[in-house]
Amino acid sequence: MLDKNGIARTIARELRDGYYVNLGIGIPTLVANFIPEGMEVQLQSENGLLGMGPFPWEGEEDPDLINAGKQTITTLPGSVFFDSAMSFGMIRAGKVDLTVLGAMEVSQNGDIANWKIPGKMVKGMGGAMDLVASARHIVVAMQHVNKAGESKLLPACTLPLTGLACVQKVVTELGVFGFDPQGFVLLERAPGVGVEHIKAHTLGFLTAHGSEPEITWP
Amino acid sequence: MNKVFTDALSALHDLQDGTTLMLGGFGLCGIPEHCISALVQKGVRNLTCISNNAGVDDFGLGLLLQNHQIRKMIASYVGENAEFERQLLSGELEVELIPQGTLATRCLAAGYGMPAIYTPAGYGTEVAEGKETRVFGDKTYLLETAFEADYALVKAWKGDRLGNLVFRATSRNFNPLMAMAGKITIAEVEELVEPGALDPDHIHVPGIYVHRIFVGTNYEKRIEQRTVRSRA
Repeated sequence: MLDKNGIARTIARELRDGYYVNLGIGIPTLVANFIPEGMEVQLQSENGLLGMGPFPWEGEEDPDLINAGKQTITTLPGSVFFDSAMSFGMIRAGKVDLTVLGAMEVSQNGDIANWKIPGKMVKGMGGAMDLVASARHIVVAMQHVNKAGESKLLPACTLPLTGLACVQKVVTELGVFGFDPQGFVLLERAPGVGVEHIKAHTLGFLTAHGSEPEITWP
Repeated sequence: MNKVFTDALSALHDLQDGTTLMLGGFGLCGIPEHCISALVQKGVRNLTCISNNAGVDDFGLGLLLQNHQIRKMIASYVGENAEFERQLLSGELEVELIPQGTLATRCLAAGYGMPAIYTPAGYGTEVAEGKETRVFGDKTYLLETAFEADYALVKAWKGDRLGNLVFRATSRNFNPLMAMAGKITIAEVEELVEPGALDPDHIHVPGIYVHRIFVGTNYEKRIEQRTVRSRA
């Protein structure tokens, strides 16, 4: 099984030199810690920053300088600020190469739900609907099951949708999943996790042969 | 031409109950703190507020929520505010949640004099309900109309008495867009300078969009998530 850092490290394998990347709140943020040495990746924060740096040193926090998770951050040489319309302009125009975000549910045709539980939780979609409608490559980082132990990989989402048929890859503590016309496809298993265990925890249609390799990192 | 006011209360002197307001800021970053305090002081009610977020319980728009001064909220993300969630789930507060890029671009459209824009964000979701769609290429887009707001309340870093504005770091966010979109735009600034002091190449919002300006003092600039690297 993967822990949160393991999921982030697995997703970091998708990064390529020169990529512009938007990381969502939670596990996706951790992907920044696994950018390979020597690879130049620019992080886009949709509140208006390209070239996001690490957290500031204690005492150097600047209230005017935050990321989309409202955390205090820093800039890097070459960073640039812009307004929210330009920020979503570059997202809508497909300039962002990779988007990593969390989800409450993903369906076997790549639909994603992550912004609302009717009658219970209403936080809003923030920038997620814009990102999933336009990013070229969308990866979901999430736990495989919800707090009740139910699969979050479903035949169809039950919660209000964030986007249609847009997710290309899902990484959970159990493995890496792609999509084909039938549904989810198991691509890699988390270390020590068997195919039967994955099948038992996946409600959506899943193609898995048992010969899928365990996840390895460079 | 005199756009300069002494403080928030005088700049907001004619703002009435039932007004539609835009308020700049992302989270608590770059919010017009002094305008919000003045709204609380004036006690105006039945406001429609267009703002990316709704503040936290005891700061930002949360202060107006506590006083039940907001009738309708148009926002993209409203987590971090328990009172907001309570008023929403109980039906006291009307809420329209829209994608963040749609929110920004509907402001932009207003400032550019365009009645509407097309965006793919929200297609196939409940955001699309009742909206006109159109296919361009292989994608379906929603028609989204420009906002109409009586007032835009924004926070800039520096401004001059002609209303030219400069923003700082990520406190820029929605502020320039809203400044350009308001029928009456009121800017609060940390520093008011003489015309000529700002480099014309570095001005983010030309003063033609800004009707009133005042200096805010003693900004609290509360940090929502203080994250740091320890030196230890």
